[in-house]
Amino acid sequence: MELIKPSFGLIFWMLIGFGILFFILAKFAWPFITKGIASRNQKIADQLEEAAKIHEEMQSLNKKHEEMLAQAKAERDSILAEARKVSEELYEKTKQKAAAESQAIIEDAKKTIYYEKMKAITDAKNDIAKFSIDIAQKIMNEELTDHSKQEKIIEKWFEECHFN
Amino acid sequence: MSYKSIRRIITVFFCALLTVFACQNAFAQTDTVTAGNSAEAISPDTYVTEKAEGFDAGPFIIEHVIDSYGWHICGSGEKSVTIPLPVILFDEGRPVCFLSNKLHHGEAAYNGYAMGWGDNKGRIVKLEGDYADFTGHLEEGAVYPNHVCKWDISITKNVCALLISLVLICCIFLTVAKRYKQHPDEAPSGLQAFVEPVVVFIQDEVITPSLGKNSNKYAPYLLTLFFFIFLNNMLGIIPIFPGGANLTGNIAVTGILALITFFVTTFSSGKEYWKDIFNTPGVPWWLKFPLPIMPLVETIGIFTKPFVLMVRLFANITAGHIITLAFVSLIFIFGQMNPAIGWAVSPVSVFFYIFMGLMELLVAFIQAFVFTLLSAMYIGMAIGEEHEEKASVVEA
Repeated sequence: MELIKPSFGLIFWMLIGFGILFFILAKFAWPFITKGIASRNQKIADQLEEAAKIHEEMQSLNKKHEEMLAQAKAERDSILAEARKVSEELYEKTKQKAAAESQAIIEDAKKTIYYEKMKAITDAKNDIAKFSIDIAQKIMNEELTDHSKQEKIIEKWFEECHFN
Repeated sequence: MSYKSIRRIITVFFCALLTVFACQNAFAQTDTVTAGNSAEAISPDTYVTEKAEGFDAGPFIIEHVIDSYGWHICGSGEKSVTIPLPVILFDEGRPVCFLSNKLHHGEAAYNGYAMGWGDNKGRIVKLEGDYADFTGHLEEGAVYPNHVCKWDISITKNVCALLISLVLICCIFLTVAKRYKQHPDEAPSGLQAFVEPVVVFIQDEVITPSLGKNSNKYAPYLLTLFFFIFLNNMLGIIPIFPGGANLTGNIAVTGILALITFFVTTFSSGKEYWKDIFNTPGVPWWLKFPLPIMPLVETIGIFTKPFVLMVRLFANITAGHIITLAFVSLIFIFGQMNPAIGWAVSPVSVFFYIFMGLMELLVAFIQAFVFTLLSAMYIGMAIGEEHEEKASVVEA
């Protein structure tokens, strides 16, 4: 029966010992341990949250980046297409313009040539006329000195002239 | 505090103990001589007792399970090696202090103090009359007039084990706490890594579910309780010094722990708790009036809860020790019949001993856990918040 008979000494020491142990641990150990664990948990949770946030941010950034890239690509394509169109247009226009201009130049040249030709012809006509008159004058001056000759000439002219 | 300093403390502690032990052995020899001399002058009345011959398993087991005034290390009879522990008594208001080896395992008296017998077995008695100041050998089976010394606060084996465990627990947890202070928010390492999962387990599985938002207030007590029981259970399994004392298998120790839980429960009780006891809701009126059966049952329940806590821990730990000791005893019981049978039985015994040892490891944790869990639940119930949730928790 000794087994279930609590002894006074052990009760006494147990009360003191457990009391001291509780006091020491409650004052110097548990607060630090529980706070340490809680603070570490908090830190890990915070960091995880932050990581998730950063990940999300990264994803959104990535998306944005991709969007921007696509947009830029599209823009570039459109710009290129436009440029091509513009250049083609310009080329076409220039070509047309050049053709027209060349046509105009040719026309112009033709005209000029015509005028020049006409002028040259006119000049030549005039010169010939002048020369003819001069010659005629000279001849006449020569011929008219001799009266017979004058008559001959007149006769000849009359012969030559076909009146109709 | 690092591992090194803990190791140093433990080393110093052991050296001091060994020194004390060595000195006491030397003194013990001289004492035996005086005891032998003076014994001749005494002639007490003698009566016949049957002294058990050979090995008797019952007393052997009980001797190992109960408390004692010296810490038996090895050997038996005259050649036994025992660490003497101080006996401290208040005999009629007078403090008395001497080492337990003066009593020679109950074979001698010192200044009139001796180990009790019969009903007073295992306690220190004060001899009366002619033997009031008697020092010397006591006759086997003799009757001496005596009275029990009530106020006995001796450092017995269990008290010594208690003190060792206190030092150990303080060392462990102050070291761990220091680590948390010095390296906040770092990955746990060393002793910290060993302790932390258990602390977190107790916090998350026991304290928070039972106490909710009151957790912080009661966590220090419950954590202390758990680690005190767990460490002492573990030390109890170790068969040699400084383990081997059956501290948590002692009814005084478990009784005090249960008593503390009882007081904590009672003092933290709210209105709901008492209402549930004296006017239990959901019970037919005829169970309350005119015969207050339910209030009576509930009132008894206040006391049975801590009582069951006390008995459960005590019984589990003691039973484990008794069974392991029984397996060891088997070897000697069979050995007494025939040494060959003894040898033959020993492998089986050792196998079962190891099996029981492993079982006890499990029990050491489970009982500490259960004691803490139930304490937490009782306190949680007494506070009376989140009342419904606790009904689902199964009592182990």
